[in-house]
Amino acid sequence: MSTQQRVVPAGSATGGSWTAWLRTRIVGLVPEGQALPDRQPAYVASWIYVFGVLTLAALVVVVGSGLALAVGGSAWWHTSSFGHFINSMHLWSVELFFAVMVIHHWGKFWMAAWRGKRALTWMTGVVAFVASIGTAFTGYLSQSNFDSQWISGEAKDGINSIGAGAYFNVLNPGQMLMWHVVLLPLAVGVIAILHVILVRRHGVVPPLDADLPEHAPERAGD
Amino acid sequence: MSIHDTALTAGHYIDWGVISVSVTNLSIIIAMIVVFVLAILLPFPHARQDDDLERQDRP
Repeated sequence: MSTQQRVVPAGSATGGSWTAWLRTRIVGLVPEGQALPDRQPAYVASWIYVFGVLTLAALVVVVGSGLALAVGGSAWWHTSSFGHFINSMHLWSVELFFAVMVIHHWGKFWMAAWRGKRALTWMTGVVAFVASIGTAFTGYLSQSNFDSQWISGEAKDGINSIGAGAYFNVLNPGQMLMWHVVLLPLAVGVIAILHVILVRRHGVVPPLDADLPEHAPERAGD
Repeated sequence: MSIHDTALTAGHYIDWGVISVSVTNLSIIIAMIVVFVLAILLPFPHARQDDDLERQDRP
């Protein structure tokens, strides 16, 4: 077999290949060296910048403990002490997830983090927050105890009042469990990945009074 | 004491006009505000050291 050199048409960076096109798109998502940076601007040396990554760390524990719960099933934690431990880990990592996420929001709100073409970063954060609330609420309905029964009995009136009860039946534990372990975590996961890519693409927002260099290196999309 | 009495007396609530919040939830909110303020005020470890390193890197 002879080796042949492929001729790339002039003016085409990818030569019409979808793999090359996709590679170019993936590589171009964030500026070179910014996907996993080891240095950050001086203003990032503050505890308030830690809460975003704390939220991600909590999300990893939430998903990990959730996967372990999925192995045993939704009623596992009622009969097994190990299952109860994993369930408690799932609960408390969610509590921490929301606490550090809200502190992250306060910090970002007061530093006007939508500046510098970061509006999409801000919006994906908001959508991730809303999707997380939905995931938490369907989690309450998946406890398989009297608490989830009572909460679903109360929630049905609210859902029916907006006309969604026929499609989103909070009294159906099977449907709520599927929303809790498949659809909503998928949404939160995808939006969280998009959010992190956008943060790495545009960089961490500087404080309002930051003394930035006059010719600071441009980031993607700026 | 009936089960209804138990349910009604479970937890302590603070009522202020239309606002009704449990002491537990209020404590968590206050703790979060304290953490937020501390995150702004407390110095970040090695921040000064990193600044010095950056200064050395500059030509």
